[in-house]
Amino acid sequence: MAELKFLVSTGLGRALKEGHLYDLVIVGAGPAGLTAAVYAARKKLDTLLISKDVGGQTLLTSDIENYMGYHYISGKELAAKFEEQVMKYPIDIAVGEEVVSLGRAGEDFALTTASGKGIRARAVIVATGKRSRPLNVPGERELVGRGVSYCAVCDAPLFAGKDVAVIGAGNSGATAVVDLLVIANRIYVVDIMPGWRADPVLVERIEAAGEKVGTFFGHEVVRIEGRDRVEGIVVRPRGGGAEVKLPVQGVFIEIGLIPNSDLAKGFLELNEAGEIVVDCRCRTSVPGVFAAGDVTNVPEKQVIIAAGEGAKAALSAYAYLIGQRR
Amino acid sequence: MPLLDENVRNEVRRELAGLPGAVKLLVFTQEFECDYCAETRSLAEELSELSDRIEVEVHDLLGSKAVAEKYGIDKIPAIAVLGEGDRDYGIRFFGVPAGYEFSSLLEAIKMAASGDSGLSPEAREALKGLKNPVHIQVFVTLTCPYCPMAVQLAHRCAVESEHVRADMVEASEFPHLANRYGVYAVPKVVMNERVSFEGALPEKAFVDHLLEAGR
Repeated sequence: MAELKFLVSTGLGRALKEGHLYDLVIVGAGPAGLTAAVYAARKKLDTLLISKDVGGQTLLTSDIENYMGYHYISGKELAAKFEEQVMKYPIDIAVGEEVVSLGRAGEDFALTTASGKGIRARAVIVATGKRSRPLNVPGERELVGRGVSYCAVCDAPLFAGKDVAVIGAGNSGATAVVDLLVIANRIYVVDIMPGWRADPVLVERIEAAGEKVGTFFGHEVVRIEGRDRVEGIVVRPRGGGAEVKLPVQGVFIEIGLIPNSDLAKGFLELNEAGEIVVDCRCRTSVPGVFAAGDVTNVPEKQVIIAAGEGAKAALSAYAYLIGQRR
Repeated sequence: MPLLDENVRNEVRRELAGLPGAVKLLVFTQEFECDYCAETRSLAEELSELSDRIEVEVHDLLGSKAVAEKYGIDKIPAIAVLGEGDRDYGIRFFGVPAGYEFSSLLEAIKMAASGDSGLSPEAREALKGLKNPVHIQVFVTLTCPYCPMAVQLAHRCAVESEHVRADMVEASEFPHLANRYGVYAVPKVVMNERVSFEGALPEKAFVDHLLEAGR
Protein backbone atom coordinates (compact mmCIF):
# COMPACT_ATOMS: atom_id res chain seq x y z
CA MET A 1 0.00 0.00 0.00
CA ALA A 2 1.18 3.48 -0.83
CA GLU A 3 1.95 5.93 1.95
CA LEU A 4 -1.10 8.10 2.66
CA LYS A 5 -0.90 11.86 2.50
CA PHE A 6 -3.46 14.32 3.79
CA LEU A 7 -4.10 17.67 2.11
CA VAL A 8 -6.19 20.09 4.09
CA SER A 9 -6.46 22.70 1.35
CA THR A 10 -10.11 23.21 0.54
CA GLY A 11 -9.51 25.29 -2.56
CA LEU A 12 -12.57 27.27 -1.55
CA GLY A 13 -11.60 30.76 -0.58
CA ARG A 14 -13.27 34.09 -0.19
CA ALA A 15 -15.71 34.83 -2.97
CA LEU A 16 -15.51 37.58 -5.54
CA LYS A 17 -17.50 40.80 -5.34
CA GLU A 18 -19.58 41.02 -8.49
CA GLY A 19 -19.43 44.34 -10.29
CA HIS A 20 -16.73 45.64 -7.91
CA LEU A 21 -13.84 47.65 -9.36
CA TYR A 22 -10.67 45.90 -8.17
CA ASP A 23 -7.20 47.45 -8.39
CA LEU A 24 -5.94 44.18 -9.80
CA VAL A 25 -7.53 40.98 -11.05
CA ILE A 26 -5.20 38.00 -11.44
CA VAL A 27 -6.60 35.35 -13.75
CA GLY A 28 -5.19 31.89 -13.06
CA ALA A 29 -3.80 30.37 -9.84
CA GLY A 30 -0.80 28.35 -10.93
CA PRO A 31 2.69 29.26 -9.72
CA ALA A 32 2.62 32.57 -11.67
CA GLY A 33 -0.81 33.72 -10.46
CA LEU A 34 -0.26 32.64 -6.84
CA THR A 35 3.11 34.38 -6.64
CA ALA A 36 1.61 37.50 -8.24
CA ALA A 37 -1.15 37.38 -5.59
CA VAL A 38 1.35 37.39 -2.72
CA TYR A 39 3.27 40.32 -4.22
CA ALA A 40 0.04 42.26 -4.94
CA ALA A 41 -1.30 41.61 -1.44
CA ARG A 42 1.95 42.90 0.10
CA LYS A 43 1.51 46.10 -1.91
CA LYS A 44 -1.99 46.31 -0.38
CA LEU A 45 -3.68 46.28 -3.76
CA ASP A 46 -7.41 45.52 -3.73
CA THR A 47 -6.92 42.17 -5.47
CA LEU A 48 -9.04 39.33 -6.81
CA LEU A 49 -7.44 36.01 -7.68
CA ILE A 50 -9.79 34.05 -9.95
CA SER A 51 -9.16 30.56 -11.30
CA LYS A 52 -10.64 27.21 -12.22
CA ASP A 53 -8.31 25.49 -9.78
CA VAL A 54 -5.47 26.26 -7.39
CA GLY A 55 -2.05 25.01 -8.45
CA GLY A 56 -2.55 24.73 -12.20
CA GLN A 57 -0.24 22.32 -13.96
CA THR A 58 1.79 21.88 -10.76
CA LEU A 59 -1.04 19.63 -9.57
CA LEU A 60 -0.45 17.32 -12.50
CA THR A 61 3.22 16.78 -11.70
CA SER A 62 3.93 14.00 -9.26
CA ASP A 63 7.53 14.84 -8.33
CA ILE A 64 9.33 18.18 -8.45
CA GLU A 65 13.07 18.07 -7.84
CA ASN A 66 14.13 21.43 -9.23
CA TYR A 67 12.18 24.03 -7.27
CA MET A 68 14.75 25.70 -5.04
CA GLY A 69 14.45 25.14 -1.31
CA TYR A 70 13.02 21.65 -1.72
CA HIS A 71 15.19 18.70 -2.74
CA TYR A 72 12.02 16.83 -3.42
CA ILE A 73 8.37 17.80 -3.19
CA SER A 74 5.24 16.51 -4.88
CA GLY A 75 3.35 18.89 -7.14
CA LYS A 76 0.29 18.89 -4.91
CA GLU A 77 2.30 19.61 -1.78
CA LEU A 78 4.08 22.52 -3.46
CA ALA A 79 0.74 23.88 -4.72
CA ALA A 80 -0.71 23.53 -1.20
CA LYS A 81 2.26 25.46 0.23
CA PHE A 82 1.75 28.20 -2.37
CA GLU A 83 -1.94 28.37 -1.53
CA GLU A 84 -1.27 28.47 2.20
CA GLN A 85 1.02 31.45 1.68
CA VAL A 86 -1.60 33.28 -0.42
CA MET A 87 -4.37 32.57 2.11
CA LYS A 88 -2.46 34.53 4.77
CA TYR A 89 -3.42 37.73 2.96
CA PRO A 90 -6.87 39.34 2.90
CA ILE A 91 -7.46 39.25 -0.86
CA ASP A 92 -10.55 37.92 -2.63
CA ILE A 93 -10.16 34.45 -4.10
CA ALA A 94 -12.69 32.85 -6.44
CA VAL A 95 -11.93 29.23 -7.25
CA GLY A 96 -14.00 27.20 -9.70
CA GLU A 97 -14.63 30.25 -11.88
CA GLU A 98 -13.37 30.46 -15.43
CA VAL A 99 -12.84 33.88 -17.04
CA VAL A 100 -14.14 33.72 -20.61
CA SER A 101 -13.73 37.30 -21.75
CA LEU A 102 -11.47 40.23 -21.10
CA GLY A 103 -11.85 43.67 -22.65
CA ARG A 104 -11.82 47.40 -22.06
CA ALA A 105 -14.44 49.28 -20.08
CA GLY A 106 -13.50 52.95 -20.38
CA GLU A 107 -10.16 53.38 -18.67
CA ASP A 108 -10.65 50.11 -16.80
CA PHE A 109 -11.08 46.48 -17.83
CA ALA A 110 -14.13 44.23 -17.75
CA LEU A 111 -14.01 40.46 -17.23
CA THR A 112 -16.83 37.94 -17.40
CA THR A 113 -16.91 34.39 -16.08
CA ALA A 114 -18.40 31.24 -17.60
CA SER A 115 -21.07 31.42 -14.88
CA GLY A 116 -22.04 34.89 -16.11
CA LYS A 117 -20.48 37.05 -13.38
CA GLY A 118 -19.01 40.44 -14.24
CA ILE A 119 -15.91 41.98 -12.64
CA ARG A 120 -14.04 45.22 -13.26
CA ALA A 121 -10.35 45.93 -12.76
CA ARG A 122 -7.92 48.83 -13.07
CA ALA A 123 -5.19 46.35 -14.05
CA VAL A 124 -5.14 42.67 -15.00
CA ILE A 125 -2.57 39.89 -14.89
CA VAL A 126 -3.28 36.95 -17.18
CA ALA A 127 -1.61 33.83 -15.79
CA THR A 128 -3.85 31.13 -17.22
CA GLY A 129 -1.10 28.65 -18.12
CA LYS A 130 -1.33 25.87 -20.61
CA ARG A 131 -3.29 22.66 -21.13
CA SER A 132 -2.58 19.33 -22.83
CA ARG A 133 -2.26 19.22 -26.58
CA PRO A 134 -4.40 16.55 -28.23
CA LEU A 135 -2.91 14.09 -30.74
CA ASN A 136 -5.72 14.64 -33.27
CA VAL A 137 -5.89 11.03 -34.47
CA PRO A 138 -9.01 8.94 -35.16
CA GLY A 139 -10.48 7.40 -32.03
CA GLU A 140 -8.90 9.86 -29.62
CA ARG A 141 -11.83 12.17 -29.03
CA GLU A 142 -14.36 9.31 -28.88
CA LEU A 143 -12.33 7.44 -26.27
CA VAL A 144 -11.52 10.28 -23.87
CA GLY A 145 -12.44 8.94 -20.45
CA ARG A 146 -12.63 5.46 -21.98
CA GLY A 147 -8.91 4.82 -21.67
CA VAL A 148 -7.54 7.97 -23.29
CA SER A 149 -6.17 10.24 -20.57
CA TYR A 150 -4.47 13.62 -20.43
CA CYS A 151 -3.89 13.41 -16.67
CA ALA A 152 -1.50 10.58 -15.83
CA VAL A 153 -1.26 11.54 -12.17
CA CYS A 154 -5.10 11.43 -11.85
CA ASP A 155 -5.89 8.33 -13.83
CA ALA A 156 -2.79 6.09 -13.51
CA PRO A 157 -4.18 4.24 -10.43
CA LEU A 158 -7.10 3.01 -12.59
CA PHE A 159 -4.73 0.98 -14.79
CA ALA A 160 -3.31 -1.41 -12.21
CA GLY A 161 -1.93 -4.53 -13.92
CA LYS A 162 -2.97 -3.29 -17.36
CA ASP A 163 -0.92 -2.60 -20.50
CA VAL A 164 -0.71 1.06 -21.41
CA ALA A 165 0.90 3.40 -23.91
CA VAL A 166 2.46 6.77 -23.15
CA ILE A 167 2.63 9.09 -26.14
CA GLY A 168 5.51 11.55 -25.87
CA ALA A 169 9.06 11.06 -24.62
CA GLY A 170 9.68 14.51 -23.15
CA ASN A 171 9.69 15.28 -19.43
CA SER A 172 5.90 14.95 -19.08
CA GLY A 173 5.86 11.60 -20.87
CA ALA A 174 8.81 10.30 -18.87
CA THR A 175 7.17 11.42 -15.61
CA ALA A 176 4.01 9.57 -16.61
CA VAL A 177 6.09 6.44 -17.30
CA VAL A 178 7.75 6.71 -13.88
CA ASP A 179 4.30 7.03 -12.22
CA LEU A 180 3.03 4.00 -14.16
CA LEU A 181 6.07 1.78 -13.46
CA VAL A 182 4.68 0.67 -10.09
CA ILE A 183 1.09 0.38 -11.35
CA ALA A 184 0.83 -0.90 -14.91
CA ASN A 185 1.91 -4.25 -16.34
CA ARG A 186 3.64 -3.22 -19.55
CA ILE A 187 4.28 0.30 -20.81
CA TYR A 188 4.92 1.30 -24.43
CA VAL A 189 6.43 4.70 -25.13
CA VAL A 190 5.74 6.22 -28.55
CA ASP A 191 7.39 9.35 -29.92
CA ILE A 192 8.02 10.73 -33.37
CA MET A 193 11.57 11.71 -32.37
CA PRO A 194 14.37 9.11 -32.39
CA GLY A 195 14.88 9.01 -28.60
CA TRP A 196 14.16 10.44 -25.16
CA ARG A 197 14.01 14.22 -24.76
CA ALA A 198 13.51 13.99 -21.00
CA ASP A 199 15.95 14.86 -18.21
CA PRO A 200 18.58 12.11 -17.95
CA VAL A 201 17.67 11.43 -14.29
CA LEU A 202 14.17 10.37 -15.39
CA VAL A 203 15.44 8.29 -18.32
CA GLU A 204 17.84 6.42 -16.02
CA ARG A 205 14.95 5.48 -13.73
CA ILE A 206 12.93 4.17 -16.67
CA GLU A 207 15.83 2.24 -18.18
CA ALA A 208 16.45 0.57 -14.83
CA ALA A 209 12.99 -1.02 -15.18
CA GLY A 210 14.27 -3.01 -18.17
CA GLU A 211 11.81 -5.09 -20.21
CA LYS A 212 8.72 -3.57 -18.60
CA VAL A 213 9.00 -0.52 -20.85
CA GLY A 214 9.02 -0.92 -24.63
CA THR A 215 9.89 2.02 -26.86
CA PHE A 216 8.62 2.94 -30.31
CA PHE A 217 10.81 5.90 -31.09
CA GLY A 218 10.59 7.42 -34.56
CA HIS A 219 6.97 6.22 -34.65
CA GLU A 220 3.70 8.09 -34.98
CA VAL A 221 0.26 7.13 -33.72
CA VAL A 222 -2.08 6.32 -36.62
CA ARG A 223 -5.25 5.72 -34.62
CA ILE A 224 -6.63 4.61 -31.30
CA GLU A 225 -8.90 1.57 -31.52
CA GLY A 226 -11.81 0.42 -29.41
CA ARG A 227 -15.57 0.68 -29.23
CA ASP A 228 -16.62 1.43 -25.68
CA ARG A 229 -13.09 1.50 -24.38
CA VAL A 230 -9.54 1.54 -25.63
CA GLU A 231 -8.46 -1.82 -27.00
CA GLY A 232 -5.23 -0.82 -28.68
CA ILE A 233 -3.30 1.74 -30.64
CA VAL A 234 -1.80 1.49 -34.10
CA VAL A 235 1.63 3.03 -34.71
CA ARG A 236 3.91 3.14 -37.73
CA PRO A 237 7.46 4.29 -38.43
CA ARG A 238 7.61 7.90 -39.46
CA GLY A 239 8.32 8.17 -43.17
CA GLY A 240 6.56 4.90 -43.97
CA GLY A 241 6.69 1.26 -42.98
CA ALA A 242 4.48 -1.45 -41.58
CA GLU A 243 1.81 -0.58 -39.01
CA VAL A 244 2.15 -2.17 -35.59
CA LYS A 245 -0.81 -2.74 -33.30
CA LEU A 246 -0.13 -2.44 -29.57
CA PRO A 247 -2.83 -4.09 -27.42
CA VAL A 248 -3.23 -1.55 -24.61
CA GLN A 249 -6.13 -0.54 -22.37
CA GLY A 250 -4.86 2.92 -21.57
CA VAL A 251 -3.31 5.73 -23.61
CA PHE A 252 -1.65 8.62 -21.81
CA ILE A 253 -1.09 11.58 -24.12
CA GLU A 254 1.84 13.77 -23.12
CA ILE A 255 2.87 15.53 -26.32
CA GLY A 256 3.08 19.06 -25.09
CA LEU A 257 0.82 21.92 -24.25
CA ILE A 258 -1.26 24.68 -25.77
CA PRO A 259 -1.74 28.08 -24.11
CA ASN A 260 -5.04 28.98 -22.41
CA SER A 261 -5.18 32.31 -24.23
CA ASP A 262 -8.72 32.17 -25.65
CA LEU A 263 -9.88 34.97 -23.37
CA ALA A 264 -7.19 37.24 -24.82
CA LYS A 265 -7.83 36.54 -28.51
CA GLY A 266 -8.54 39.71 -30.48
CA PHE A 267 -7.59 41.83 -27.46
CA LEU A 268 -3.93 41.10 -26.75
CA GLU A 269 -1.15 40.34 -29.22
CA LEU A 270 -0.47 36.60 -29.45
CA ASN A 271 2.39 34.82 -31.23
CA GLU A 272 2.04 31.96 -33.73
CA ALA A 273 1.84 29.43 -30.91
CA GLY A 274 -1.07 31.36 -29.39
CA GLU A 275 1.04 32.61 -26.48
CA ILE A 276 0.55 36.13 -25.13
CA VAL A 277 3.46 38.34 -26.20
CA VAL A 278 5.05 40.17 -23.25
CA ASP A 279 8.10 42.37 -22.82
CA CYS A 280 10.72 41.96 -20.09
CA ARG A 281 8.37 43.70 -17.62
CA CYS A 282 5.49 41.30 -18.37
CA ARG A 283 3.63 44.06 -20.25
CA THR A 284 1.27 42.91 -23.01
CA SER A 285 0.23 44.90 -26.09
CA VAL A 286 -2.47 46.64 -23.98
CA PRO A 287 -1.24 49.00 -21.23
CA GLY A 288 -2.62 47.88 -17.86
CA VAL A 289 -2.81 44.23 -18.87
CA PHE A 290 0.12 42.06 -17.84
CA ALA A 291 0.78 38.37 -18.36
CA ALA A 292 3.01 35.82 -16.67
CA GLY A 293 3.98 32.17 -16.75
CA ASP A 294 3.32 29.43 -19.29
CA VAL A 295 0.63 31.38 -21.18
CA THR A 296 3.27 33.89 -22.34
CA ASN A 297 6.01 33.74 -24.95
CA VAL A 298 8.68 33.62 -22.22
CA PRO A 299 10.89 30.60 -23.00
CA GLU A 300 11.16 27.53 -20.71
CA LYS A 301 8.06 26.30 -18.92
CA GLN A 302 9.19 25.66 -15.35
CA VAL A 303 7.51 26.20 -11.96
CA ILE A 304 10.37 28.38 -10.75
CA ILE A 305 10.33 30.53 -13.90
CA ALA A 306 6.55 30.98 -13.78
CA ALA A 307 6.76 31.99 -10.11
CA GLY A 308 9.47 34.57 -10.89
CA GLU A 309 7.47 35.96 -13.79
CA GLY A 310 4.39 36.22 -11.55
CA ALA A 311 6.34 38.31 -9.05
CA LYS A 312 7.58 40.55 -11.83
CA ALA A 313 4.09 40.99 -13.31
CA ALA A 314 2.66 42.05 -9.92
CA LEU A 315 5.42 44.61 -9.39
CA SER A 316 4.90 45.96 -12.93
CA ALA A 317 1.14 46.18 -12.32
CA TYR A 318 1.81 48.04 -9.07
CA ALA A 319 4.09 50.54 -10.86
CA TYR A 320 1.39 50.99 -13.53
CA LEU A 321 -1.34 51.60 -10.93
CA ILE A 322 0.79 54.12 -9.02
CA GLY A 323 1.21 56.05 -12.28
CA GLN A 324 -2.57 55.89 -12.87
CA ARG A 325 -3.83 56.88 -9.39
CA ARG A 326 -6.84 59.08 -9.72
CA MET B 1 2.22 6.48 14.87
CA PRO B 2 -0.52 9.00 14.03
CA LEU B 3 -1.56 9.44 10.40
CA LEU B 4 -1.72 13.21 10.67
CA ASP B 5 1.53 15.01 11.43
CA GLU B 6 1.68 18.06 13.69
CA ASN B 7 1.45 20.57 10.79
CA VAL B 8 -1.66 18.93 9.39
CA ARG B 9 -3.17 18.65 12.88
CA ASN B 10 -2.74 22.39 13.37
CA GLU B 11 -4.33 23.17 10.03
CA VAL B 12 -7.24 20.85 10.82
CA ARG B 13 -7.74 22.49 14.22
CA ARG B 14 -8.00 25.83 12.42
CA GLU B 15 -10.39 24.47 9.80
CA LEU B 16 -12.67 22.88 12.37
CA ALA B 17 -12.58 25.64 14.97
CA GLY B 18 -16.04 26.86 15.95
CA LEU B 19 -18.13 24.10 14.38
CA PRO B 20 -21.72 25.30 14.93
CA GLY B 21 -23.12 21.84 15.70
CA ALA B 22 -22.22 18.30 16.65
CA VAL B 23 -21.02 15.80 14.05
CA LYS B 24 -20.90 12.04 14.27
CA LEU B 25 -18.66 9.95 12.04
CA LEU B 26 -20.05 6.43 11.65
CA VAL B 27 -17.10 4.28 10.61
CA PHE B 28 -17.68 0.83 9.15
CA THR B 29 -14.90 -1.75 9.18
CA GLN B 30 -14.57 -5.43 10.11
CA GLU B 31 -12.72 -7.60 12.63
CA PHE B 32 -9.88 -8.47 10.26
CA GLU B 33 -9.53 -5.00 8.88
CA CYS B 34 -9.46 -4.62 5.09
CA ASP B 35 -6.95 -2.58 3.08
CA TYR B 36 -7.21 0.97 4.44
CA CYS B 37 -9.92 -0.01 6.98
CA ALA B 38 -7.53 0.56 9.87
CA GLU B 39 -6.37 3.85 8.36
CA THR B 40 -9.95 5.06 7.84
CA ARG B 41 -10.86 4.25 11.44
CA SER B 42 -7.67 5.90 12.79
CA LEU B 43 -8.27 8.96 10.65
CA ALA B 44 -11.78 9.43 12.07
CA GLU B 45 -10.47 8.91 15.61
CA GLU B 46 -7.64 11.40 15.11
CA LEU B 47 -10.13 13.98 13.80
CA SER B 48 -12.30 13.54 16.88
CA GLU B 49 -9.26 14.38 19.01
CA LEU B 50 -8.95 17.70 17.18
CA SER B 51 -12.50 18.92 17.76
CA ASP B 52 -14.79 18.34 20.74
CA ARG B 53 -17.81 18.56 18.40
CA ILE B 54 -16.81 15.36 16.55
CA GLU B 55 -17.80 11.95 17.86
CA VAL B 56 -16.79 8.64 16.29
CA GLU B 57 -18.79 5.43 16.34
CA VAL B 58 -17.11 2.33 14.92
CA HIS B 59 -19.22 -0.50 13.51
CA ASP B 60 -18.43 -3.93 12.20
CA LEU B 61 -20.03 -4.35 8.77
CA LEU B 62 -21.40 -7.80 9.61
CA GLY B 63 -21.76 -7.40 13.38
CA SER B 64 -23.82 -4.20 13.02
CA LYS B 65 -25.84 -5.42 10.09
CA ALA B 66 -28.93 -3.41 11.00
CA VAL B 67 -26.97 -0.15 11.28
CA ALA B 68 -25.14 -0.84 8.02
CA GLU B 69 -28.44 -1.45 6.26
CA LYS B 70 -30.02 1.65 7.74
CA TYR B 71 -27.26 3.80 6.26
CA GLY B 72 -26.93 1.82 3.02
CA ILE B 73 -23.37 0.67 3.74
CA ASP B 74 -22.52 -2.29 1.48
CA LYS B 75 -18.72 -2.08 1.36
CA ILE B 76 -15.84 -1.03 3.58
CA PRO B 77 -14.06 1.04 4.62
CA ALA B 78 -16.95 3.49 4.86
CA ILE B 79 -17.78 6.67 6.73
CA ALA B 80 -21.26 8.21 7.06
CA VAL B 81 -21.09 11.83 8.21
CA LEU B 82 -24.07 12.70 10.43
CA GLY B 83 -25.15 16.08 11.76
CA GLU B 84 -26.66 17.27 15.06
CA GLY B 85 -28.97 14.66 16.60
CA ASP B 86 -27.63 11.99 14.21
CA ARG B 87 -29.30 13.71 11.28
CA ASP B 88 -28.41 11.84 8.10
CA TYR B 89 -27.84 14.17 5.17
CA GLY B 90 -26.73 11.31 2.90
CA ILE B 91 -22.99 12.05 2.98
CA ARG B 92 -20.88 8.90 2.50
CA PHE B 93 -17.23 8.08 1.90
CA PHE B 94 -16.25 4.64 0.61
CA GLY B 95 -12.50 4.06 0.74
CA VAL B 96 -10.05 6.16 2.72
CA PRO B 97 -10.56 9.92 2.33
CA ALA B 98 -6.84 10.70 2.12
CA GLY B 99 -4.83 12.73 -0.38
CA TYR B 100 -6.97 15.42 -1.99
CA GLU B 101 -10.13 13.83 -0.60
CA PHE B 102 -9.10 14.69 2.96
CA SER B 103 -10.32 18.21 2.14
CA SER B 104 -13.68 16.71 1.08
CA LEU B 105 -14.00 15.00 4.48
CA LEU B 106 -13.28 18.29 6.28
CA GLU B 107 -15.82 20.09 4.10
CA ALA B 108 -18.40 17.37 4.78
CA ILE B 109 -17.86 17.73 8.53
CA LYS B 110 -18.31 21.50 8.33
CA MET B 111 -21.44 21.09 6.22
CA ALA B 112 -22.98 18.48 8.52
CA ALA B 113 -22.25 20.71 11.51
CA SER B 114 -24.02 23.70 9.99
CA GLY B 115 -26.66 21.95 7.89
CA ASP B 116 -25.95 24.56 5.21
CA SER B 117 -25.15 23.24 1.74
CA GLY B 118 -23.49 26.44 0.60
CA LEU B 119 -25.10 26.04 -2.83
CA SER B 120 -26.10 29.11 -4.84
CA PRO B 121 -29.69 30.38 -4.49
CA GLU B 122 -30.39 29.20 -8.07
CA ALA B 123 -29.21 25.65 -7.34
CA ARG B 124 -31.24 25.51 -4.10
CA GLU B 125 -34.32 26.59 -5.99
CA ALA B 126 -33.73 24.06 -8.78
CA LEU B 127 -33.26 21.20 -6.29
CA LYS B 128 -36.71 21.90 -4.81
CA GLY B 129 -38.04 20.44 -8.06
CA LEU B 130 -36.44 17.08 -7.32
CA LYS B 131 -39.13 14.59 -6.26
CA ASN B 132 -37.44 11.18 -6.61
CA PRO B 133 -34.44 9.65 -4.84
CA VAL B 134 -31.07 10.08 -6.55
CA HIS B 135 -27.98 8.10 -5.58
CA ILE B 136 -24.79 9.83 -6.69
CA GLN B 137 -21.50 7.93 -6.83
CA VAL B 138 -18.39 10.00 -7.47
CA PHE B 139 -15.41 7.83 -8.41
CA VAL B 140 -12.04 9.34 -7.49
CA THR B 141 -8.38 8.59 -7.03
CA LEU B 142 -6.45 10.15 -4.17
CA THR B 143 -4.03 11.86 -6.57
CA CYS B 144 -6.68 13.65 -8.64
CA PRO B 145 -6.75 17.41 -8.01
CA TYR B 146 -10.13 17.94 -9.71
CA CYS B 147 -11.97 15.19 -7.87
CA PRO B 148 -12.76 17.06 -4.64
CA MET B 149 -14.77 19.62 -6.64
CA ALA B 150 -17.09 16.86 -7.87
CA VAL B 151 -17.26 15.11 -4.48
CA GLN B 152 -17.98 18.30 -2.56
CA LEU B 153 -20.64 19.40 -5.04
CA ALA B 154 -22.34 16.00 -4.74
CA HIS B 155 -22.25 16.25 -0.93
CA ARG B 156 -23.67 19.80 -1.09
CA CYS B 157 -26.60 18.49 -3.12
CA ALA B 158 -27.11 15.72 -0.55
CA VAL B 159 -27.28 18.28 2.26
CA GLU B 160 -29.66 20.48 0.27
CA SER B 161 -32.10 17.79 -0.85
CA GLU B 162 -33.50 14.99 1.29
CA HIS B 163 -33.81 12.92 -1.91
CA VAL B 164 -30.08 12.85 -2.61
CA ARG B 165 -27.46 10.49 -1.25
CA ALA B 166 -23.88 11.15 -2.38
CA ASP B 167 -20.97 8.72 -2.12
CA MET B 168 -17.29 9.32 -2.67
CA VAL B 169 -15.91 6.03 -4.01
CA GLU B 170 -12.13 5.59 -4.15
CA ALA B 171 -11.81 3.69 -7.42
CA SER B 172 -8.64 1.74 -6.71
CA GLU B 173 -10.10 0.24 -3.49
CA PHE B 174 -13.22 -1.00 -5.28
CA PRO B 175 -11.98 -2.31 -8.64
CA HIS B 176 -15.16 -4.33 -9.22
CA LEU B 177 -17.21 -1.12 -9.14
CA ALA B 178 -14.67 0.75 -11.27
CA ASN B 179 -14.98 -2.10 -13.73
CA ARG B 180 -18.75 -2.23 -13.63
CA TYR B 181 -19.13 1.51 -14.28
CA GLY B 182 -16.23 1.70 -16.75
CA VAL B 183 -14.16 4.13 -14.73
CA TYR B 184 -11.11 4.99 -16.85
CA ALA B 185 -10.87 8.64 -15.89
CA VAL B 186 -11.65 10.51 -12.70
CA PRO B 187 -13.71 12.15 -11.44
CA LYS B 188 -16.48 9.98 -12.87
CA VAL B 189 -19.97 10.66 -11.63
CA VAL B 190 -22.76 8.07 -11.79
CA MET B 191 -26.31 9.10 -10.85
CA ASN B 192 -29.01 6.45 -10.36
CA GLU B 193 -27.25 4.10 -12.78
CA ARG B 194 -28.68 6.06 -15.69
CA VAL B 195 -26.78 9.34 -15.92
CA SER B 196 -23.00 9.38 -15.96
CA PHE B 197 -20.27 11.80 -16.95
CA GLU B 198 -16.58 12.48 -16.45
CA GLY B 199 -15.02 15.64 -15.08
CA ALA B 200 -15.75 18.24 -12.45
CA LEU B 201 -18.71 20.12 -13.90
CA PRO B 202 -19.79 23.58 -12.76
CA GLU B 203 -22.66 23.71 -10.27
CA LYS B 204 -25.44 24.43 -12.78
CA ALA B 205 -24.51 21.62 -15.18
CA PHE B 206 -24.11 19.20 -12.25
CA VAL B 207 -27.55 20.08 -10.88
CA ASP B 208 -29.10 19.76 -14.36
CA HIS B 209 -27.75 16.19 -14.60
CA LEU B 210 -29.05 15.49 -11.10
CA LEU B 211 -32.56 16.64 -12.03
CA GLU B 212 -32.39 14.50 -15.17
CA ALA B 213 -31.41 11.46 -13.09
CA GLY B 214 -34.33 12.08 -10.72
CA ARG B 215 -36.92 12.49 -13.45
